[in-house]
Formats: sequence, structure tokens, C-alpha cells
Amino acid sequence: MLSIRYEAPRSIAEAIHLLASDPGAHVLAGGTDLLVQFRAGAKQPSAFIDVKRIPDLVGISLDTNGLRLGAATPAAAICEHAELGRLWPGLVEAVHLIGSAQIQGRGSVGGNLCNASPAADTTSALIADRAECVIAGPGGERVVPAERFCTGPGTTILRRDELLVAVVLPRPPARTADAYFRLIPRSEMDIAVAGAGASVTLDASGTCTAARVAVGAVAPTALLVDAAGQALIGTRLDEATLSLAAAAASAAARPISDKRGTAAYRRHVVGVLAKRAIVSAAARARER
Amino acid sequence: MSIPVRITINGTLRQFDLDPRMLLVHLLRDACTLTGTHVGCETGICGACTVLLDGSAVKSCTMFAVQADGAEVTTIEGLAKNGDLHPVQQGFWERHGLQCGYCTPGMIMTSVQLLSRNAKPSREEIAHGLAGNLCRCTGYSHIIDAVQYAAGMGGAR
Repeated sequence: MLSIRYEAPRSIAEAIHLLASDPGAHVLAGGTDLLVQFRAGAKQPSAFIDVKRIPDLVGISLDTNGLRLGAATPAAAICEHAELGRLWPGLVEAVHLIGSAQIQGRGSVGGNLCNASPAADTTSALIADRAECVIAGPGGERVVPAERFCTGPGTTILRRDELLVAVVLPRPPARTADAYFRLIPRSEMDIAVAGAGASVTLDASGTCTAARVAVGAVAPTALLVDAAGQALIGTRLDEATLSLAAAAASAAARPISDKRGTAAYRRHVVGVLAKRAIVSAAARARER
Repeated sequence: MSIPVRITINGTLRQFDLDPRMLLVHLLRDACTLTGTHVGCETGICGACTVLLDGSAVKSCTMFAVQADGAEVTTIEGLAKNGDLHPVQQGFWERHGLQCGYCTPGMIMTSVQLLSRNAKPSREEIAHGLAGNLCRCTGYSHIIDAVQYAAGMGGAR
């Protein structure tokens, strides 16, 4: 049996060095996806680089500019943070949908991004919320928008010697709120047939001044649907406008048919979910 | 590669030299002979292997034992004190919260965490909180009764 190394670096620099010096090394955070893939033989790293001991990767900091989520912060810590639930209820709803209580105790938003499932619930919510990914590498840090982080099922823009260290979100302006909806056949512990996140900003008269819509599980990666957001701006979110945004979300979808649903069904239902997410986000925005 | 690890298991500090790929559940069952923690699916689905890691419920089949270095682990064997059952164990006894018993240790450990965070959960909240634990006998109704009984007794302890 081949030997496997385990390293638990205490700093980002040390983690980057370990990744750079071993092409077969794999970052380990909560392990809720990676251990299952490892034991099934789908991934055979030469070393596990456990990043949960790096202080900068675990924790939630919130200031006037916005939020910094350490990439390996457990999902449960996000769900239990009252202020996050008030500012980004849609994101917290999406995080709360990951697995079960036990999975949320270990799994993280950063891990959810790096696992790069097209159906990851948090990715669409992060895209709608204008999240950016902070990536550390040998040459320093770079920042990329969440919608550009995943490049396909199981693949990301991370180079071999790079590490996702945090996800940052700008603080929502006045009368701005988010929402996330997904469809699953069961009531718990399932993977999305389709999902949609929305962030909506209204002015004092109730006219939409900014909007972002993102969809998941209907393409190789979660997608920002610019046309859906644009359709809402300058309107009061009347029924005809909502139908246009739903149609834009359906048009952007490039789904596959599998055991969870046919491509045609996914294309239809993602429009329905996008519309519901927009309506829910707008209702929350009116209360702010 | 062998990694030195220190883990407090049911209140006792233990030291091990571990292969990095050993799962926490195998350390508990094989090295510590704490066989109350069960292995069900080994893929993070069924919850039979649930233990508390620093008070937080985790599936010990989706964790390497080395990841628990420095942590406190509580297994089903660590719940009863001086022969007195934990309120959640008492609830499963009183309300017939088990049939074959395979899922029971995991159900109880997840319930302990649930009650530590929500002392008076509704039936719906209990069902949602136990979504990561499967009962192959499908005795869910009595399991929810058991957790409610424990909540009435003062719950998490």
C-alpha cells in the first residue's frame, strides 16, 4: 500500500510551499466530499494538506465594508451567526441546505466552491451576492469573482500551488436583499435538480436599481445570468418583468438529463425558481 | 508515514501514532475497542458513526483520525455517568426509540447536539435535525418521541 503524507500547516505560506513542492498534494478542509472521493478511489493524492489549522482560513469577520469568510470556516458557524442571517438571508439559507447537521459541522463554503459541483447550493447564492474569491499563491494574492471560480464539474481556476483562502462579500446597500431557492425530490439530504439565487436593490419608490440572478445545476458550472438581472432594472418587478427574467434564466440554462430530471424539465423549473428568488429577495429588500 | 496524535476520548487523554488515512471511526472501534460507534455506509450518508468532536456532531467515517488531533471526542460510551443513563438514552429506553438498534448510537449523539442548541425543539425541528441519520427499521416516529422525552428531562445535560 502506498504511503500517504498528512501535513497540517499553521500558515498560508507554509500551505502554499507544501502544495508547490508536491504535485500530488491535495488540500483537505472538512473532508466531507474529499474523503468519500478518496475512499471510492476517485482521488488518490500523495499528501493531504489539512488547512483547518490555519487561523486565517477559519473565521468570520464583518465590518462596514462587508464580510470575509475564511475558506475553511464550518458551515454551522455561518448558520449560527445572527448578523449574517440578517444581512444575507439567502446565502445563509443556501449554506443551511448543505448536507445535514454533521456535515455542516465540518464542511465549509470554501470547500463547497473547490469541490466544484455544478449543483453546489452556495455557489449560486455567492454569485448573486457579488462574492469574490481570495486566492493565495507563491506570487501573492489574486481575487476573482465567484462566477469565474469554477470552470467545469470538479474543476476550478486554482493552479496546483494555489489555495482558496477566503470569500469576501460587499456589504449590501440600503434596500438590498438576497434569496436562494432549490428544487429537490426529497425534503432533506439531496442534491439540487435546479437552484437559483437572486439579489435585488430597490429605491425608496420600490423601483429596482440593481439586480443579480444566478442559477445552479443547469450547466457545467453555476452561471450568472446577466440578462435576468438586466430585465429587472428600472422596473417595479411587475408580473411581465418577472416572466422576462424567468425566461432569461431558462434560456441561459444548458442542462443535462439524468436521474434527477430531464434537461427540458430543468430548463423550465430553473426559470420558476429564479422568479421565486427574485420575488423573495424583493420582499426582503422592501423591509429594509 | 506515522503521525503522533493526542485525542481526549470520553474524558481520557490518549496518544497514538497513526497512518494518516485511518478513519476516526476505525480508531475508535479497532484501537480503542469502543464498538458502540457503528459503521453503516462509510460514505457520510447514514449517520450511524456520529460522535461529538469538541461538542459538535460529526460523522466519524468522513474524518481522518489525525484531523482530531488535540480535540475532545465523545462516543456513545461516554454519555452515561456513574451508571446513570444520559437523558437522551433514557428517552430512547422509555419511548422505544429503537428496533434493531443499529442507528441508535448515531441517533443519540446527533440528538445530544440538537438539544444542546435547541432545548425545546418541535417535532419538525427534531426531524430536520436528524435528517443526517437514517433508521433502516424506519422507526422515526418513536425516535422523535424519545428526543421529546429527553427534552422534557432537561435534554442535553
